[in-house]
Amino acid sequence: MTVVNYINIEIPSKSTNEGLARAVAACFAAQLDPTLEEVNDIKTAVSEAVTNCIVHAYPETIGKISIKGRIYDDNTLEIVVKDWGCGISDVKQAMEPMFTTGGDERSGMGFTIMESFMDKLRVKSTVGKGTTVTMRRRLSFRAGNKR
Amino acid sequence: MKITTEYRQGRLTIWLNGELDHHAAKSVIETACREIDECLPASCFIDMKGVGFMDSSGIAVILKIYKKMKAIGGTVIIRNMGSHARKILDMSGLTRLISSEEVKA
Repeated sequence: MTVVNYINIEIPSKSTNEGLARAVAACFAAQLDPTLEEVNDIKTAVSEAVTNCIVHAYPETIGKISIKGRIYDDNTLEIVVKDWGCGISDVKQAMEPMFTTGGDERSGMGFTIMESFMDKLRVKSTVGKGTTVTMRRRLSFRAGNKR
Repeated sequence: MKITTEYRQGRLTIWLNGELDHHAAKSVIETACREIDECLPASCFIDMKGVGFMDSSGIAVILKIYKKMKAIGGTVIIRNMGSHARKILDMSGLTRLISSEEVKA
């Protein structure tokens, strides 16, 4: 697979940036001519990943979040959300539906949504060093959309 | 996110307008809980017609309102949910607990 386009952005972990991050992802994905449902799925997955950084990676501080997008020649969109925050000690447990350490303002469904809205999800985390979430979604080729 | 509420004859209606994410969730929960405490409504309608985007934060918001209403013996009805919000709420199982309806403006 060849990378045909990419974007790299860096934002501070402020909750006002959640909307910005998913809007950037949606704009970047737009060149793949996604359906409205695909755009919503991508926006939601990115929103979950970025919110995790804000709520969990940097609970008391404002830290750096890196978002990288790549488009591959087979119509696949890849989004990598990386932080340098506290890390997750048990990734398997964190990914279980309804598991949260975020109190009753969080649902514990973030990773479940990322997993079900994207084709591939990989979470790498080291306690004290940070977390990298890599998501991929292959978008449908639509009639009349020749690339 | 813009939140509008109205209480009339035992019914509290909460209109949500904008993007329901973690950034917006806190103020929605605060407003909804305050209104429920003040009005003690028999039913609470959450109108989502104006919600252009929702992520898992919406699950937490609706669950919180549901628990609050259940504690006072009231019911929750989600109005004009939209297909994306439904997809997310279905995943959480909340649509099995809470009824919904479509209302034309």
